[in-house]
Amino acid sequence: MTCARVWPMEVTRCDRCGHQLRSADRRSLQWVWALWLTGVLAYIPANLYPMLITKTLTGAQSSTIVGGAVEIAKHGDYAIAAIVLIASVVIPIAKFAAIAYLALTVQRGSRATAHQRTLIYEAVEFIGRWSMIDVFVVAILSALVQLSVVASIQPGPAALTFAFSVIFTMLSAQCFDSRLIWSAAEDHGKAQHGG
Amino acid sequence: MSAGLSPMLHQDLIGCPKCDAVYAVRIPELGQKATCARCHTVLISNKYEAGVRTLALAFAVLVLVLAAAFFPFLSINAAGIGNSVSLLGVATSFRSGVLVLVSVTSVLFIVGLPAVRMALLIYVIVPIELQRQPWPFAHRAFAVAQRLKPWAMTEIFAIGCAVALVKVSGLARLEFGPAFWMFIALSVTVVFCERYLCTWSIWNALERDGAQGVQS
Repeated sequence: MTCARVWPMEVTRCDRCGHQLRSADRRSLQWVWALWLTGVLAYIPANLYPMLITKTLTGAQSSTIVGGAVEIAKHGDYAIAAIVLIASVVIPIAKFAAIAYLALTVQRGSRATAHQRTLIYEAVEFIGRWSMIDVFVVAILSALVQLSVVASIQPGPAALTFAFSVIFTMLSAQCFDSRLIWSAAEDHGKAQHGG
Repeated sequence: MSAGLSPMLHQDLIGCPKCDAVYAVRIPELGQKATCARCHTVLISNKYEAGVRTLALAFAVLVLVLAAAFFPFLSINAAGIGNSVSLLGVATSFRSGVLVLVSVTSVLFIVGLPAVRMALLIYVIVPIELQRQPWPFAHRAFAVAQRLKPWAMTEIFAIGCAVALVKVSGLARLEFGPAFWMFIALSVTVVFCERYLCTWSIWNALERDGAQGVQS
């Protein structure tokens, strides 16, 4: 978050917080798209490979993100299964869609008001971090469940790619300059209030 | 718009960090907030003794985070074999492989970054509250603290513990340890700490009290 100090056009660096001063610039969208794509690509193996590998006396069993949630649901814990599904499937996909939508509407113009899109941006910023739940669960379980031959849990490769996916999507959202929503709206003559 | 104004006047302006709308600074009455008319972002909030309260809560968070890292947060019991684990245990549980990244990043997000962020906030706010000059690199410290904000994930970990508990309920019996309850307390304390923290007021105080601006 910047310090909100206002400077004349010719000043290039804020004397208060040391942040570099820039007008809202569409070139920053290239960073958004690059990080977004990395996040999407990392999300694919995250769903194909196992997240957890459980070894018990009766044998080894590996489960993917969705498979793990289905198993929890089979135990009857529908609320927890819903939390896992929302945090690891619904939120990431909604986030990919929301960032792409915001970036595209800045480039192409939009029928939604700038205020509505600012709300979407705030939702993305607020909710994106919660996808880390599943990564934390994997880290917790694989450290905790080490009971020699009785039961042991190892993290699968998906844990790493899923963590990457969440981190890159968070970076992508942070690179998105929310001021673009408003300057683009001004260009398209759809600003709600004067600046 | 603002190109014609003299540099002196710029100190009395505030630019909305979300949408770039520019306003004349007017400190709101006690207990009130100044919000952007366009995108409704909170620009300045004026709470009673906000600085001291932020400081107290930041101290509380720092102590809780550091303590919670050492106590076990979950314990397991199956077929007479037991195990309990603290966050330090998680950090050191894998010694090899790429997956060590998973546990290290997790612990960094759960205790490392929140602790660093709170320490930086304390470092920045203490001199402001004592009406002294900011300590060296206070500007840099506050900028870093604000950048770290989305990466401090203590409250997410508390929910993660609950999910973990259910996930292996068929395999073994799990119990919450003392650190779990510390994390619940932490999640609440962090929320209150953030509510009292007014970014603009701190930048303003740093600029007012500092003899010179940031050199970079």
